[in-house]
Amino acid sequence: MTTKLMGQKVQRVEDQRFLRGQGRYVDDVGIAGGARLLHAAVLRSPHAHARILDIDVEAVLDLEGVHAVWTYDDLADLAAPMAEPLPLLIPHPALTHGRTQYALAKDEVNYAGEAIAFVVADDRYVAEDAIGRIRVSYETLPPVVGIDAAREARSLVHEDVPGNIGARLEQNVGDAPAAIKAAPHTLSLDLTVERSACTPLEGRGTVARWEPDLNRLQVWTSTQSSTGVRAAVAVKLGLDLGQVDVITPDVGGGFGVKINHPWPEELLVPLAARALGRPVKFTEDRREHFISSAHERGQVQHIEVGFDDDGRLLGLDVEFWHDHGAYTPYGLIVPIITSTQLLGPYKPHNYRVVFESLYTNTVMVTPYRGAGRPQGCYAMERTMDAIATYLGKDRADVRAVNFIQPDEFPFDQGLIFQDGRELEYDSGDYPASLEKIKALVGWDEFPAFQAEMAAQGRRVGIGLACYVEGTGVGPYEGAHVHIETSGKVKVATGLTTQGQGHATVFAQLVADELGVKFEDVEVVTGDTRRMPYAVGTFASRAAVMSGSAIHLAAKRAKEKALKIAADALEAAPEDLEIVDGVVSVKGSPGASIDLGTVSVLSNPLRYAFDEASKAATQFSVGDPGKPPVAEDDEPGLEGRDFYSPERATFASGMHAVIVETDPETAEIKILKYAVVHDCGHLINPMIVEGQIHGGVAQGVGGALYERMAYDESGQLLNASFMDFLMPYVTEVPDGIDIDHLETPSPLNPLGIKGAGEAGVIPSAAVFAAAIEDAERVDRPALAITAMPISPSELYTLRQEHP
Amino acid sequence: MTEELHDVRLSVNGTMYEIQVPARRLLSDALRHDLGLTGTHVGCEHGVCGACTILVDGEPMRSCLMFAVSAVDHELTTVEGLTNEDGSLSPVQQAFSECHGLQCGFCTPGFLTTITAGLRDNPTPTHEEARDMIAGNLCRCTGYQNIVKAVERAAVLVDLAEAPAPEAGRRP
Repeated sequence: MTTKLMGQKVQRVEDQRFLRGQGRYVDDVGIAGGARLLHAAVLRSPHAHARILDIDVEAVLDLEGVHAVWTYDDLADLAAPMAEPLPLLIPHPALTHGRTQYALAKDEVNYAGEAIAFVVADDRYVAEDAIGRIRVSYETLPPVVGIDAAREARSLVHEDVPGNIGARLEQNVGDAPAAIKAAPHTLSLDLTVERSACTPLEGRGTVARWEPDLNRLQVWTSTQSSTGVRAAVAVKLGLDLGQVDVITPDVGGGFGVKINHPWPEELLVPLAARALGRPVKFTEDRREHFISSAHERGQVQHIEVGFDDDGRLLGLDVEFWHDHGAYTPYGLIVPIITSTQLLGPYKPHNYRVVFESLYTNTVMVTPYRGAGRPQGCYAMERTMDAIATYLGKDRADVRAVNFIQPDEFPFDQGLIFQDGRELEYDSGDYPASLEKIKALVGWDEFPAFQAEMAAQGRRVGIGLACYVEGTGVGPYEGAHVHIETSGKVKVATGLTTQGQGHATVFAQLVADELGVKFEDVEVVTGDTRRMPYAVGTFASRAAVMSGSAIHLAAKRAKEKALKIAADALEAAPEDLEIVDGVVSVKGSPGASIDLGTVSVLSNPLRYAFDEASKAATQFSVGDPGKPPVAEDDEPGLEGRDFYSPERATFASGMHAVIVETDPETAEIKILKYAVVHDCGHLINPMIVEGQIHGGVAQGVGGALYERMAYDESGQLLNASFMDFLMPYVTEVPDGIDIDHLETPSPLNPLGIKGAGEAGVIPSAAVFAAAIEDAERVDRPALAITAMPISPSELYTLRQEHP
Repeated sequence: MTEELHDVRLSVNGTMYEIQVPARRLLSDALRHDLGLTGTHVGCEHGVCGACTILVDGEPMRSCLMFAVSAVDHELTTVEGLTNEDGSLSPVQQAFSECHGLQCGFCTPGFLTTITAGLRDNPTPTHEEARDMIAGNLCRCTGYQNIVKAVERAAVLVDLAEAPAPEAGRRP
């Protein structure tokens, strides 16, 4: 019996090509085609808010090497739906004033970076030359920048959206205002979180090729949803779905930004490929990524809380304002997640949450790893810390009295989650996690360490933050497993991959279920030709959704294999086992048949073309008294299945950090970072830990370094890696201590929960807590209420609390 | 307006290539689009992220900050040229695989070239030196934890590869 691969640190199969420089990313596609490939560039608005009076492309027309220059006015003739606004992907009844942009701006621009004109040329250099020759006359309008300006609404982003309010949504459980009024203790907090962004190392990119001989379109795009792009391209270009293939090749990081679709270029590139009859490529550059992709995180929060002498929540009333930028293509997903996931592992008893989602003249906001959860965690955990300080209690103890207990699952929080389903936690063990994190970081020993450091004139502080993350949301994912006559197994699932090692973890699952060698399994993701039904890679859902679907599809393929093998071996299917790709009768290994041969037998042939197929011709196999393929059967050794859960599965975890703050410079140094993580059963602990490492580093960036620095005119001042401070190795902790808890999910066959986003969720909360703890050695009233925090901001805070 | 083209001979991974490019063509673009060596990736085009790092006469350079015409008369090594002669992974590549030092793989070529040169200059880095060796490259996926481990592992693998083979007849 071979060892199960589930739970093993299996090395990644995809590494071989990446390490040899043989990855295939979107910008690598089409190069072999040589000079036929054309390149696109986009003219983007220099103004945050302006009316377009005139666009003069005259100077471009005689530029050698330019094949097309388009503005909004050209779109309707190319494909009528292109003149309509881009889709609003996730409508919601509360989104009363949803707005999306046009593929190319019509009459006005609402952020610096909005696409205005599209040029296709022999190469990107010439295309950019052409962009530089387009003259646009603008009438600038007053820009709305930042949440305060949006709320004041002295100027409007969209004339027909009063108060700049795109949506207002309130949810209630019990009567929070009354409970707070009646509570023995109350506190209120005002908090802010600034904008950041995913900034994958590879930006967006799209290549399209129109095949006149086949009357179909092939699109390669760096997306988190191939099927989403496919549907959008078909609709916007007026094609049948069956005429469009979307292939997601290797993707150089996503982190959320590539789930939004279609980007203007994802439509304009295929449109140009069809119109010009030549393949066309758009590759976003770094500045474009900053000013024309998406950001996230920006929120202002007001919290009222009532609690008892033990710190037990009696009522929690949260109001927050969410900056969604100039448009709302992704609906209200981010603020809905903040408002629901804010509760974390706690029972608030009475909860009211209301948010306003606001327009500003800035780059639009769509999910970034964590997708609203970091802000919710920050609100809740800052509140827990404030309660502990107020009562003079240990911060861990205050959390513990509020935990949902292990015997209370499934626990219904009484809210509606981002997928429209009840926010019902499936499983978890928060007290056990707390014990683990306290042990891992040395929570109980810390006061002595802090005192010892203080005696040396050093300031150290500790922070703790807990989260619960709804992962693996629906509606579904599917999988197709095909055992070839060679015995090799080809697996396809429709969602995409951007570094998570899906080809490895999914192959582990198939090898286990089918009983084949890991090396014989090949997994393809994100190719609509191989699996046309899929949703996408977001919300830590790939392992849960596609992992479960693949497991189920492999099970179906196995059932069929055993049925055919049982006939061949004259045994009962339940007496058979498959080990290393060989089906044999349990206990008598002599009676056996290769899976490849089973595959041959599964497909009755008329024509033989090699030795294997010779064995499958009608004169060789089957009962002459029956049809070669039974009425309830299909030829081929394949399994296909879908996984569609009732609701999300809820992963959880806790982070703790010890920091030191410099008494002179206010520099913040990380001394220890600890993570306890519960994502149910682990498929590959090496990959899960890698996900945590990456999340923690992104969290460090978001807490201490990264922000989108807009000036009052709506110009993004730090739109480069020079000025946007993404962490290098020098900024991240030297070592991250990780401990796992495995509370299986009852919702899926493997008992797994998602792991992708978790590492970044508690960061703002845990750093705010630790820095505050360190500073309060000298300044008991100092409170950290705005994140990220830089040394100069911490220094200013100190000046305000002498 | 026709751009003037220049005949450029580039020596990359031991092979001589002849191309015609405008003076403004970046070396990174020439490698990728003219030579088809797409292993070198472009992450920022302003020399900060390090994804496009190649070796120029053995020294790490940002190929997005060089013009193709400036690269004549130099020996260039890209990620495609790092594997051993028999096609197996070099110690640095092998270490990245063993240590899970990559996720999306986009920044990886720049790390591999940088570390290859770094370990040549300092074959036995301390932990701090291993961290310093990669301090000029950005990665958004891994949090650098396993890249540092890969540097340390690669140093061990280089050492093993260079250790003299045991004498015949002395094997147990």
